[in-house]
Amino acid sequence: MTDPIIRIDNLVKSFGTFKVLDGLSFDVMPGEKLALIGPSGSGKTTILRILMTLESISDGHIEICGDQLYHMRRNGREVPADEAHLHKMRSHIGMVFQHFNLFPHKSVLENITLAPILTKGTPRAKAEARAMELLEMVGLADKADARPAQLSGGQKQRVAIARALALQPRIMLFDEVTSALDPELVEEVLLVMKRLAAETDMTMLLVTHEMGFAHEFADRVLFFDKGRIVEQGPPEQIFSNPREERTQSFLRKIIAAGHRV
Amino acid sequence: MEWDWAFVWQIMPTLLAGLKLTLLVTLLAAVVAAVLGLALAILRRSGNRAVARGTAALSEFIRGTPLLVQLYFIFYVLPDIGIRLPALLAGVIGMGLHYATYTAEVYRAGIENVPRGQWEAARATNLTMRQTWVHVIVPQAVPPMIPALANYLIAMFKETPLLSAITVLELMNQAKSVANTYYRYIEPMTLVGVFFLAMSLVSVVFLRVLEARFGRMAK
Repeated sequence: MTDPIIRIDNLVKSFGTFKVLDGLSFDVMPGEKLALIGPSGSGKTTILRILMTLESISDGHIEICGDQLYHMRRNGREVPADEAHLHKMRSHIGMVFQHFNLFPHKSVLENITLAPILTKGTPRAKAEARAMELLEMVGLADKADARPAQLSGGQKQRVAIARALALQPRIMLFDEVTSALDPELVEEVLLVMKRLAAETDMTMLLVTHEMGFAHEFADRVLFFDKGRIVEQGPPEQIFSNPREERTQSFLRKIIAAGHRV
Repeated sequence: MEWDWAFVWQIMPTLLAGLKLTLLVTLLAAVVAAVLGLALAILRRSGNRAVARGTAALSEFIRGTPLLVQLYFIFYVLPDIGIRLPALLAGVIGMGLHYATYTAEVYRAGIENVPRGQWEAARATNLTMRQTWVHVIVPQAVPPMIPALANYLIAMFKETPLLSAITVLELMNQAKSVANTYYRYIEPMTLVGVFFLAMSLVSVVFLRVLEARFGRMAK
């Protein structure tokens, strides 16, 4: 039995008096593909943002690759993590954003090579060779010298995926990566992610409104509501045979809104 | 009163010396304003609330009082508490400090205009704070600032005659002194106006070029 790669224990996140996450606990096994679904405001994006250290926690513990994310030991006592510890922990994790967040002043190739060169000391030639492989994989090798502004939304998102992959994280977070795309561009991004899921043993957490894709992609689906997990299980169970009333009504609304399941 | 060309040529060297000093003061004060403004902008973003508020209050105070009063204060009042500055230095500090409060606003707006997603992408790719500033934030924040900064440079240039009040022998002061010596005002004052107009016209063209170059990049 291997240990979980992510352990979330009694996680609380409040914005003012509003509890976005309310005593949340779950584990993720290495290589697992997890889909987080639920109504907006249910806290699923907040979980990804907390794992990426874009958001602090209010209470609880998170363990990643065997180390505490927000805590560290000093003189045998547990203390809040400092920036150096967070920096070390972040190297395990990569993230792809809803709005791509590519660096607009850099070329596609530079977007991908910047972080490996700066944070890992990868020699430029090696970083560029690796970036070209990744661009090949996402089907954009011919766009290496383009600026992000010259790309379509789908192409931008594929570059963003390549940028995250260049750092070789063990865990990848996908935050509604197709929500900002025109419908006809969604497919090309999902195709890349499917290949990624099939060809790598990376652990992936996916927040999405694409139920059909979640069904196909995920080993396990977590349904969130009001900062708690209402129901979880394999996609067949959640999508075809949900037990909880709240899951059923959420899926009904999603289907009524025209999303495929 | 008639225009006297001979007089014009006679006073020209004095006026050109004044012009040279005017340009020098503008340049030095601009450097002070650029550097000090950045410091003010960073202090205002400080996590320490007392520092951030103190900086904001200081900027508000400096911007809310006339530059002329500040110059008098630095040159004529500070000696009373033992700080005696040469006129040129007092002028550079006075103008630099005054305009730093404006350039600080330009920096602040430029930095705040960089979308939050850029900070987040930098963190998600594990850049350090320093790397984030150097490679992600500053390269995006600075180009849109350049036309606004150049605008303040030109404004500063046109305010240098105020320094005549604290005995700096810049263009206006030189013109005043030759005028007072010969009791002829038309030539010196006209020439001062012409010099400033000529420099301003050149600056405006320069500014247009900057706007075309960097204004576009901002989009």
